[in-house]
Amino acid sequence: MNALLEQLVALPIVIPLLAGAAMLLTTEPQRGTRIALSMLSSAIQLAVALVLLYLTSDAAPFIWQDGIGVYSLGGWPAPFGIVLVADRLSAVMLTLQAVLGFAVLTYSIARWDRPGQPFHSLLQFLSMGVNGAFLTGDLFNLFVFVEVLLAASYGLALRGVGGTRVGTGLHYLVVNIMASLMFLIGVSMIYGVAGTLNMADLASRFMGLAPHERTLFDTGAAILGIAFLVKAGTWPLNFWLPGTYSAAVAPVGAAFAMLTKVGVYALMRVGTLMSEDEAAASMLGLMMFYFGLATLLTGTIGMLASHHLARLVSYSLVVSTGILLAALGLGLESLTAPVLFYLIVSALTAGTFFMLTGMTDRTRSVPSAAMPAEQPLPESPFYTAFGVREPDPYGTDDDVGVAIPRAIVFLGLAFVSCVLLVTGLPPLPGFIAKFALLSTAIATAPAAGLGPAAWTLAAAVLVSGFVGVVALTRAGIRLFWTVTARTTPRLRVLEAAPVAFLVALCIVLGTAASPIMRYLDHAATSLHEPRDYIRNVLAARDGGAP
Amino acid sequence: MELVFAAAIAILAGSGVWLVLRPRTFQVLMGLTLLSYAVNLFIFGMGRLQTGRAPIIAGEAADPALYADPVPQALVLTAIVIGFGTTALLLVLLLALRALTGTDHVDGRDA
Repeated sequence: MNALLEQLVALPIVIPLLAGAAMLLTTEPQRGTRIALSMLSSAIQLAVALVLLYLTSDAAPFIWQDGIGVYSLGGWPAPFGIVLVADRLSAVMLTLQAVLGFAVLTYSIARWDRPGQPFHSLLQFLSMGVNGAFLTGDLFNLFVFVEVLLAASYGLALRGVGGTRVGTGLHYLVVNIMASLMFLIGVSMIYGVAGTLNMADLASRFMGLAPHERTLFDTGAAILGIAFLVKAGTWPLNFWLPGTYSAAVAPVGAAFAMLTKVGVYALMRVGTLMSEDEAAASMLGLMMFYFGLATLLTGTIGMLASHHLARLVSYSLVVSTGILLAALGLGLESLTAPVLFYLIVSALTAGTFFMLTGMTDRTRSVPSAAMPAEQPLPESPFYTAFGVREPDPYGTDDDVGVAIPRAIVFLGLAFVSCVLLVTGLPPLPGFIAKFALLSTAIATAPAAGLGPAAWTLAAAVLVSGFVGVVALTRAGIRLFWTVTARTTPRLRVLEAAPVAFLVALCIVLGTAASPIMRYLDHAATSLHEPRDYIRNVLAARDGGAP
Repeated sequence: MELVFAAAIAILAGSGVWLVLRPRTFQVLMGLTLLSYAVNLFIFGMGRLQTGRAPIIAGEAADPALYADPVPQALVLTAIVIGFGTTALLLVLLLALRALTGTDHVDGRDA
């Protein structure tokens, strides 16, 4: 029974890989097959994630020791082979990715997956990379999965045509190659010193290093940390982010909302495993608090400065990274659960908001005077590359599909919900997340001598929330109330349903905050007690049952 | 051997960083290629520099000290494959940007 359940841990990686690969064999007209395969794969991923969520919880302590499931790839025992590890944090992140992935897939079926047969495959490979990064227990394997998700994201970022998209795609590619090279340097330095890449083995071994080796190890960890911070979008390494995310088509932006969270996850995972002494200072330290604050500040200023809604949402993603890093930088165990709750809410919110921008963009039938520089596109522009003239596939609004009435009412409601979620106003869970974060920080930080830092964080978060309200209100007025020269878009159920679903899910998260927080509390406890993790992963080597 | 090896990594990395900071897309591409060579050599070096030793251990009770460390070699192979793929994609992007904007500046326009 247990051996069978362990296979579950590998499924979130295997399923999208198989589905994505199978779809490559279809021809362009076989769109129905691709949609069916994607839907099936996403549904299985969601089901597996929910089962893992249950298995790692306290509800089923009899199945997995300490709620940690370990799968050894190829049956090789832990420090030699690569392991996949599912614990509570991984399960939460997997579920988040599965939910968001499902919504993005449904949304993209409306029209965004045409033309081009690789879209669904890329989406599945993106899922595979993200799931793999959440599950792996090996540093180099983490690099490989990050590369898988990046490779898929390059393809997705370049969906559609146009000079802006290719330009920002190029920046994205170059920055991420540089980050990957840093990742490799960090990983190989750590291997050169510690002689292992298994995270659990590393955590149990690095305490015994000689002082001169420790210096090298810390340097390697710091370089690795820089790579993670680039992925997370930390100032000053985040100037690529708003351009790329806002130039990508709407569902791709929504899928990318999860990518910055991968960086944050990696910081938390590697940082806490090495938290038994100050080595973690290079990962989760007060420096990160200041960088988090700086990120928060850049994001806030960016929100105020941007005219285009997608750009505004990209900057709100930067703000959420800033809040997460600043809160993690305080290094308080009690803050981890609120941080996770905020991470969930902000990922769902950013995903919803990106999907919404895809719909509101269509209300603009003529270029608005307020944004001459950013909206010079004519109705259906042609682009020329490689000697082929092709029309912008997303420039027109003449697709067939079930249209829903009162489109503008729906858009307005969805927009208001997103604003409330992003800025953290009651009654939606954005408020609960920020409130839990700040009240915990203020209550527990003075005992650790971090009182002023906690108050600074509170002030920064509140001010950035207020500025966010100002910026988004301005955008909302321009989108919905300046009615001249606007057309009412025809919305398809397929596009509206995922947005409504995610908003509803956020509301459920808000009403069910207490059991979710309890689960996240347990996740945080096990994260800060890496001994269980280490013991379970290395069980095979240390002999028999854990 | 160590000195030559370290100098090679340093020269490759230095030239690579300089080229990446240049404004033309082709220079950036070459810079990234040089940088990835430097990083690949660095990974290789992390397995300690040895000559004349096989990486694959033969027999049950062989002495590991007589063999080269196979893990960095496997890591280098993975890194080379991934680097090759991304470089190829970058090359395509570079040409597309050139075709769409008419310039080879990384921002798509000459400042």
